[in-house]
Amino acid sequence: MSRHTLSVLVEDKPGVLARVASLFSRRGFNIESLAVGPTEVPDISRMTIVVSVTGLPLEQVTKQLNKLINVLKIVELDPDASVQREIMLVKVRAETDTRSHILETAQLFRAKVVDVAADAVTIEATGKSDKLAALLRVLEPYGIKELVKSGMVAVGRGPRSISDRSMRPAERSA
Amino acid sequence: MGEKITGAQSLVYALEAAGVDVAFGIPGGAILPLYDPLMDSPKVRHILVRHEQGAGHAAEGYAAATGRVGVCMATSGPGATNLVTPIADANMDSVPIVAITGQVPSGSIGTDAFQEADIRGITMPITKHNFLITNPDEIPRAIAEAFHLASTGRPGPVLVDVSKDAMQAKTEFIWPTSIDLPGYHPVTKPHAKQVREAARMIMAAKQPVLYVGGGVIRARASDTLRRLADLTGIPVVTTLMARGAFPDSHPQHLGMPGMHGTVAAVGALQKSDLLITLGARFDDRVTGHLESFAPNAAVIHADIDPAEIGKNRQADVPIVGDLAEIIPELILAIEAEQLAGKVGEYEAWWALLNRMRATYPLGYESFDDGTLAPQYVIERLGLISGPESIYASGVGQHQMWASQFIGYEHPNTWLNSGGLGTMGYAVPAAMGAKVGCPDKTVWAIDGDGCFQMTNQELATCAINDIPIKVALINNGNLGMVRQWQTLFYNQRYSNTNLQTNRIPDFVKLAEAYGCYGLRCESMEQVDATIEKALGMNDAFVVIDFVVHPDAMVWPMVAAGTSNDDIMVARAMAPDWGDH
Repeated sequence: MSRHTLSVLVEDKPGVLARVASLFSRRGFNIESLAVGPTEVPDISRMTIVVSVTGLPLEQVTKQLNKLINVLKIVELDPDASVQREIMLVKVRAETDTRSHILETAQLFRAKVVDVAADAVTIEATGKSDKLAALLRVLEPYGIKELVKSGMVAVGRGPRSISDRSMRPAERSA
Repeated sequence: MGEKITGAQSLVYALEAAGVDVAFGIPGGAILPLYDPLMDSPKVRHILVRHEQGAGHAAEGYAAATGRVGVCMATSGPGATNLVTPIADANMDSVPIVAITGQVPSGSIGTDAFQEADIRGITMPITKHNFLITNPDEIPRAIAEAFHLASTGRPGPVLVDVSKDAMQAKTEFIWPTSIDLPGYHPVTKPHAKQVREAARMIMAAKQPVLYVGGGVIRARASDTLRRLADLTGIPVVTTLMARGAFPDSHPQHLGMPGMHGTVAAVGALQKSDLLITLGARFDDRVTGHLESFAPNAAVIHADIDPAEIGKNRQADVPIVGDLAEIIPELILAIEAEQLAGKVGEYEAWWALLNRMRATYPLGYESFDDGTLAPQYVIERLGLISGPESIYASGVGQHQMWASQFIGYEHPNTWLNSGGLGTMGYAVPAAMGAKVGCPDKTVWAIDGDGCFQMTNQELATCAINDIPIKVALINNGNLGMVRQWQTLFYNQRYSNTNLQTNRIPDFVKLAEAYGCYGLRCESMEQVDATIEKALGMNDAFVVIDFVVHPDAMVWPMVAAGTSNDDIMVARAMAPDWGDH
């Protein structure tokens, strides 16, 4: 099994998310995470899709995606040549005797406390998946009451933007 | 400022501007506003069908026979969902159709309103693209884009769902002067380097095969394919979707490959060292067990749809483009190779293939009790009606026999449901083909099972003067399912006996629909009955050919097994002559 991060530029039209999601499901591709939001260009949205593929080349995923009329561009982001981030909000049980340990942990991970209650704190952390996983492992013994994570967003390193990158001709749409 | 008109009127103008001359459909509540101005259109003839599935297949038949975009219409909810099967069918077989559906008023969308169905959501996976229009100003552009998408690149179905209030509101009709689809750029011109590489491989191959799919017909590339075949002398196989793309009478034609293909065609692919794949998609019905398919062959794969390349079989030389451009360039590249002194040498290859052809020709068994062999009926029909006729078939045994035993000489003369395998395709598709090609003789070759799924369109044909001819291959059973039960389920015939010998009486049924009904039950009557039907020039005829229920389709590659294990008859494998 291999994991890939795809940046997909789409026209901001109704139903476009459903088109992409249903394509993955009906072709048997597995989405690990999906994040979608606006871009620097009006009417164009960007999806960051983490896909795990088994038994078939990633090329089949990108070719099928490219056949969607509302999909403008697909670029695979190499983890080493891109910045990849997720955001996590985690509510941890915090009694008087554990609170300071939790706050210290949050600091070590450069996470922020965004809400405090009598017996719980909510921590906001951003980073790559492995960093967030590590933070969670440390917080786990205190008791995690609630956890929410965003999908991953990613951007290529260097001065070039996604619209400068060309695609291989074979991957253009039919 | 243009004149203010209703969205519905704008939609009719848009259909006219798109060149629509005929549409098949049924009105209903949500699409009623459209039907009012449609009545006055001088250009668009609307044919009222009896079931929306009939409208969809008629649009497909029209498109497959003419190469133009077929149009069907339905109201919201059940009208639209009845179009789902033909839309899925068109998607599988790359048939250019546009479906127009009415939708409940935009304010009611999402409230489970009367006759509401999310047809855009429902058809997302089975259309090339679809639209939901709630703003009347967007109607002309959506229609223009729909026709552009349906007919260019890899053709396919496009659905335009229009809310009732958008049809009722006032708007202006402004036909777009250009198409602006930033995410849609089909590549038509092939990469020159790939074409040269393909030409080099073709000259070097010892056992090449032109593996021809339905894409050649959709690309209108039959003539150039003929030139390519004549230039190279390479054997040709045509898949079920490609029957007619290359003349059956041509000496290099080995017939159809696949589950019920000829031994020579299947054998040619299995023994080949180079597949020159043109507009075909390595479907499981062609490849059999994929891993053992054409094990020694390198693959050149030319297709307009890049996603087909490498989907099932890795291509050594992928060529993305329009076959109507690829094949002429390939011819030039091969001619250049030939000028440089390279010639393909295929004598040994042809010797092997000719042995296969001579030893295992297509055949069938006759029955001693005087009952009709269905293959004989179809063979005679093809010979008497000839290659200028159009043949639409249903799905099952009769479909395979119609593919095997009729000699096709021209593209767009063989219409069938290949990918989806939709029983009930034949009658409405033949109807659509006859509307598109009124001067041609159009036959629906149908089974008694298939026929009962869509025969309500006999009424449409009779009333609208669409004189198709129906050859009903009536074996009283769901024949292909029965064949599998014979071979793989110990002759336990669970729910395949339709008892059509008792009910209905197809001759009376035809007459009830205002058509001529003929019955034929013996070999001696076959020619005379076909000639009688053909003699009734503009008459709509149904012939009930009562045939033997135990006839089987041979050869056969059982599902999931290797093409190498093809059976020419029950428990009879061919000798490949490798020794």
